[in-house]
Amino acid sequence: MSTAADLAPVQRMVFTQTRAQLLTRLRIPAFSVLSLGMPVMFFALFNGIFGREAENGVSGSEYILVSYATYAVANVMVYNFGIGIANERGRKLDLLQRAMPLPPMVAAVAQVLSALAFAFIALLILFAYAFLVGGVRLGAATWLDLLWRLLIGSFPMIGIGMAIGYGVGPNAAPAVVNVFYLPMAFLSGIFFPLRLMPDVLQKIGHVLPTYHYAQLGYGTLGRGVADEGAGTAFLWLAAWTVILFAIAVRIYRVDESRKFS
Amino acid sequence: MSATVELIDAHKRYGSVEAVKGVNVAVHPGEMVAMLGPNGAGKTTSINLMLGLRKPTAGRARLFGLDPDDRRARSRCGVMLQESGVPDTLTVRELVELFSSYYPHPMPADRAIGLAGLDQQAKRQAGKLSGGQRQRLYFALAVCGDPEVIFFDEPTVGMDVESRRQFLDTIREFGREGKTIMLTTHYLEEADQLAERVIVIDRGVVIADATPVEIKSSVVGKRVSFTSPLPLSAADLAGLPHSRLDIDKERVRFFSNDPEAVLRELFRRGVQIHDLEVVGADLEEAFLALTTEAEKETVA
Repeated sequence: MSTAADLAPVQRMVFTQTRAQLLTRLRIPAFSVLSLGMPVMFFALFNGIFGREAENGVSGSEYILVSYATYAVANVMVYNFGIGIANERGRKLDLLQRAMPLPPMVAAVAQVLSALAFAFIALLILFAYAFLVGGVRLGAATWLDLLWRLLIGSFPMIGIGMAIGYGVGPNAAPAVVNVFYLPMAFLSGIFFPLRLMPDVLQKIGHVLPTYHYAQLGYGTLGRGVADEGAGTAFLWLAAWTVILFAIAVRIYRVDESRKFS
Repeated sequence: MSATVELIDAHKRYGSVEAVKGVNVAVHPGEMVAMLGPNGAGKTTSINLMLGLRKPTAGRARLFGLDPDDRRARSRCGVMLQESGVPDTLTVRELVELFSSYYPHPMPADRAIGLAGLDQQAKRQAGKLSGGQRQRLYFALAVCGDPEVIFFDEPTVGMDVESRRQFLDTIREFGREGKTIMLTTHYLEEADQLAERVIVIDRGVVIADATPVEIKSSVVGKRVSFTSPLPLSAADLAGLPHSRLDIDKERVRFFSNDPEAVLRELFRRGVQIHDLEVVGADLEEAFLALTTEAEKETVA
């Protein structure tokens, strides 16, 4: 007969596994410098050029901050999380773990939680820089609003990261990211406004999760800044989450059954 | 008493290759068993079946009477695999603590680190360990959950003679605490040094399951080869202690546990011998000898 004492408590496993995942990637400079440093660098660069301009009562600095906050989280999910998983699978880090009394579900949940924690750190660093050096002054409520919207809204990108991470090997992963994700990022409106693009690209962009994700962020700066309301953006992102997770879970299952059946 | 680890007529097919062809193994609590076989014999596949990392195509695998996938079974077993890594950027202690958290009753992290002899390296990142230290880290991860049974898949690959000896001593020490140990190796000496029971596996079939002494007596031998200007026939060697005689024109080859006696008799009979070579049979040949015997037995 089994009792609870025959098994390790799941909460503790989720906690230690998430912490270990987070530490593992924070200590890989290729990941941490890229994920934590690049958004700050881009913000600093464009804030220096366009920071003083203003539109609809929103300063250029604020707009640029939101842009690169969006960029920061999406980057963590696709590069850090997606390519990270591909690398770890390539080095067979998942093999020993699979023989442990660690439920695969706990390992997967810890992966997602550690990616969210990594994104959280990336946002805190960017916010701190924007506040201390960039001179961005948002209300406390707006900072918080931006933080949770970007974390919750990032699930479609988690799906993309997971699909890439479990779908392809470490050598192919960067190429696959460039083929699928880079155009999505390009058409998100983060780097330059979508309305300046050709009509057909605008139409494509308006469907993509990255565009609605960016709109979710801009919406925190006030009415009229975003093209659509938070509700609409969330609905789009929820739909994309369902689609992309369905694909990611399928890819994950194929990988599992190839290796462990 | 039911078996700790059990394969019941287990088969495993990968595409067109059948890696394991009906293996029956039952390991009982406290036994120290070595699974011995050349590369590609089906050792790792057998271990993977026992651990539930692979599912048998036919037959069954049981761990503590449960499906090996069952978390209750896995919570009672530790594993050291051949081709698995851990994140390079975590320290020895962090990894031991992480793996301990998977188990219901782990030993203190310090004890696992101490058993593996890594006290000095506890704060070092896994990526900065030497090859031998890395193997010992995997040992620490295998024992940290204080499991009842531990699987070691070729744990000493890539170690020098001295670290191999020390490592096996550590395993044996641990086994003395009443742990069940299942180890694969392709070194006969290793099986001999560690195990009370050796299961020889070749081409996916168990060809021997006995004590090391019994196994050795059946495989130890010398390989003799020479040329003779006058072609010999099998009759010329009749009644002499040899096996697997192979005469190819002038070339004569056979195995013998007592080559001196054979040669003495051949000289006495006036057989002319050139290019004489007497070498210890290596393990590949020992396995061949065992397989041939196994085949003979099935025929008989």
